[in-house]
Amino acid sequence: MKNTYSHRKYVVYIILGIVGTIFILRLLYIQVINDKYKLSASNNVLRYVTEYPARGLIYDRNGKLLVYNEAVYDLMIVPRNVKNIDTTELCNLIGISKEMFIKKIKKICKYSMYKPSVFEKQISKESCGYLQEKLYKFHGFYVQTRALRKYPLPVAAHTLGYISEVNPYIIEKDKYYKPGDYIGKSGIEKTYEEVLRGQKGVKIKVVDVFNREKGSFQDGRYDTASIAGKNLYTSIDADLQAYGELLMKNKKGSIVAIEPSTGEILALVSSPSYNPNLLVGRIRSKNYENLAHNKLEPLFNRALMAQYPPGSTFKPVQALIGQQMGVLSPETKYECHGGFHAGSITVHCHNHRSPLNLKEAIQYSCNTYFCKVFKTIINNTDFKTTQNAFNVWRKNILSFGLGTKFNDDLPYELSGNIPTDKYYDKYYGKNRWSYLTIISLAIGQGEIELTPLQLANVSAIIANRGYYYTPHIVKAIGNKYNANEKYKDKHFTSVESKYFDSVVEGMYLVVEAGTGRWIKMDSLSICGKTGTAQNPHGKEHSVFMAFAPKDNPEIAISVIVENAGFGATWAAPIAGLMIEKYIYRKVKRKNMETRIINCDLISKN
Amino acid sequence: MIVLLYLLLIFIGWINIYSAVYNENHKSILDITQNYGKQLIWIATSIILAVFILFIDSKIFSIFSYVIYGISILLLIGVLFIGKEVSGARSWFQIGSFALQPSEFAKFATNLAIAKYLSSPNIKIKYLKTKTLTVVILGIPAILILLQPDAGSAIIYLSFLFVLYREGMSGNIFIILLIALILFSSALLFNKFIVIGALAVIALLFLFFIKKKRKEIVILSTAFLLCAGFVYSVDYVFENVLEKHQKDRINVLYGKTKDIKGVGYNVNQSKIAIGSGGFLGKGFLQGTQTKYNFVPEQSTDFIFCTIGEEWGFVGSSIVIILFIGLFTRIIFIAERQRFKFSIIYGYGTVAILFFHFIINIGMTLGIVPVIGIPLPFFSYGGSSLWSFTILLFIFVKQDADRLKTL
Repeated sequence: MKNTYSHRKYVVYIILGIVGTIFILRLLYIQVINDKYKLSASNNVLRYVTEYPARGLIYDRNGKLLVYNEAVYDLMIVPRNVKNIDTTELCNLIGISKEMFIKKIKKICKYSMYKPSVFEKQISKESCGYLQEKLYKFHGFYVQTRALRKYPLPVAAHTLGYISEVNPYIIEKDKYYKPGDYIGKSGIEKTYEEVLRGQKGVKIKVVDVFNREKGSFQDGRYDTASIAGKNLYTSIDADLQAYGELLMKNKKGSIVAIEPSTGEILALVSSPSYNPNLLVGRIRSKNYENLAHNKLEPLFNRALMAQYPPGSTFKPVQALIGQQMGVLSPETKYECHGGFHAGSITVHCHNHRSPLNLKEAIQYSCNTYFCKVFKTIINNTDFKTTQNAFNVWRKNILSFGLGTKFNDDLPYELSGNIPTDKYYDKYYGKNRWSYLTIISLAIGQGEIELTPLQLANVSAIIANRGYYYTPHIVKAIGNKYNANEKYKDKHFTSVESKYFDSVVEGMYLVVEAGTGRWIKMDSLSICGKTGTAQNPHGKEHSVFMAFAPKDNPEIAISVIVENAGFGATWAAPIAGLMIEKYIYRKVKRKNMETRIINCDLISKN
Repeated sequence: MIVLLYLLLIFIGWINIYSAVYNENHKSILDITQNYGKQLIWIATSIILAVFILFIDSKIFSIFSYVIYGISILLLIGVLFIGKEVSGARSWFQIGSFALQPSEFAKFATNLAIAKYLSSPNIKIKYLKTKTLTVVILGIPAILILLQPDAGSAIIYLSFLFVLYREGMSGNIFIILLIALILFSSALLFNKFIVIGALAVIALLFLFFIKKKRKEIVILSTAFLLCAGFVYSVDYVFENVLEKHQKDRINVLYGKTKDIKGVGYNVNQSKIAIGSGGFLGKGFLQGTQTKYNFVPEQSTDFIFCTIGEEWGFVGSSIVIILFIGLFTRIIFIAERQRFKFSIIYGYGTVAILFFHFIINIGMTLGIVPVIGIPLPFFSYGGSSLWSFTILLFIFVKQDADRLKTL
């Protein structure tokens, strides 16, 4: 058949020819002319070596090093490359039995023949030396350097946290992690994991038949450099922290110290604690098990996860809310003759003169006074029902950072408990409860629970006369001047600052001439409040909250010593010593110090 | 002759799959659990198909062209609803332990339909109606495949442009496509304003040399505006219309990304594998890159790497020459056909095969962005082997009956 366009077939032929030629020329270029793609005749192979960046270091607020890295060595294996090795020699070099060797090999081969697996974790530096020399004899094995954490000062274990190997669940969730990688499991190692870990890099090496690295592939053109992890500068004062842990030796409880003007946490002590170096490296699993089974629960971070009734330390808060809600003024006086009586209920109070005004009620920690204040709050007819009054009271309490989590940069905190009206409805029946049913709330007992961190924050609020910054641990990320912007917001409570003066004055009197007078210092104006929290499981907890100096305060602190009795006996002196240590950098009251350090409350109980 | 080439290519393809997927635990090339064993089954069945086609009267194909086309369209629609979802696309029917890919069969079906349509009396490509209907015949399967989504398989419908060209479509379309490609590349490689600026300069130069008649100036200005607009829109289209993996692949091609562990990985490994073959190659079963599985998809889309690595420059050039030989032969035979249907079908066959050839090998060599389409007769896969076999042998049969007609 004729085709008027039949000459076009030549065009098509030409196109075929051109394409064919282009391809062949390209092949010529890649295969023959250009050496870059050509690997030498001895069967070179590329190996992708992951470059692990240095994990960020952690410093205290004065630049003291808290956490650094130490190199360890893992022996890695790529099963597919393993051929004809002298297993006996290898076993001797590593220090394992032949049965163990076979067991490991089987397990690894089941996982993957091509992917590198960890054969032996953290071989000692010495073994590594011998091994590296002989490694060329063992195809398929190579050494991967890793870093473990080291703690020059064995303090702040709970805050710093620890790292451990990733489990398969994490690997599946986040592709960044490969088997054998480490990840922060608790403390700021966990919350700042992404900052601390940096970014892995890849070096592509050319390897020969003997598995020896012959150099970088294309001079490192395709390598990605690793990015070192960023350092963290915490707000912790290492000396203060260490001192606090010393004072809390052989006692259960916690100390939390905050800088009120910034919300930075100066010390976070949970006792009993443990040496962070225990949870590092090969010994970690065993030590972790021991610690986990220890009846005293040293792994438990009491500062964030233990909830206690605040006891009398709650009275200043009541005083503030009472004023804000219009039923209380600094001049308000109530009589007290040994207790508060209403119907069949009696709340006992200790001996002190009567009547007392607001300041004095705080100074002498009068239960009666505050029961009466609570009555006027809840029975205030302006609110029509007990429920309404209670809800307003509760809302005011919540504004002090209570009953909710701070969601700051420490993981695993509890929110404390401020009971709701619904709770009482359920327990007693709707409209079947009154201020009297819940009178224990007036003196910080009953269903109210605070964590030590929340209590310290309350102290900071009073120190600031009405607001707080979210308590946090990390001051700066990367370098000292790169301030952490996250926690710069002021949180105001619902109580106007004019109402704080009388309360501050009352707390000053506590230490000057009240229930906390034993810790008074001539050179420093300390404001505090004692508390003796009743505890259904045993002896009362000794509680104390304080800040100093009275004007332009530098430190706000809460101390809780479990099952220790009166607040004034144990918690107050500990707080006093901590304050002295922080403000003056050294403690002169040696008797008090010795008594505290030597006291062993754990064996007594 | 064609049959000879066909058998040769299939055989080479088969043993290369063997090498690519070689598993020491399954040394026999006949082992059915491995891809190479399975490929043998596909080869055997393809040969049966081929023989079957050779026994049917060739007229059946031209008579049933539209029916076959219709069935393939139905299959394409069907797979969108009842197909198995793999990697985010519904391209396969799962029947027992076999998978069937309708987009492969649509290739020869469309070829039949186009051949039938364009060979109908009084249909000339010059007419608008013809052009429109052609676009429709090509467009329906292409769009259905795009919906799966499988952009790679949809692109091959562009290959039919060759057929249209041969049938009289203006060659200008290719020039326009070429210019578009150049503009697209420039827009990606350089700042778009620089490119528009360069275009302006070129337009001004043109202005100097042409007759300064009104008509010419209008044409020139329009052309400039269109080009500039196109360049300008490339940015937008690139960012907002293309999917991430498509963007990445184009970036890798133009050297904008050197991501050796991500998208650039395939191509780089492929070039390494091929490049490492040297002049004579490393020898059968000795390819270290492919042996250690450095090249992903090495028995399917990147099968050419095994050839490059193990048979070297000599071997890969021979394969390329074999393919070109096959294509040339098909055209030669197509030209001597007496029926328009057969000529057009023949061109369609070579167009489809050639397109796959360019893109697949171009991709492994790093001169075409990574587009996942198989290398005819080489890549592992039942659907593709069957469909290419059918495609080719319908044509062989047409030729065999050439002298039998009238």
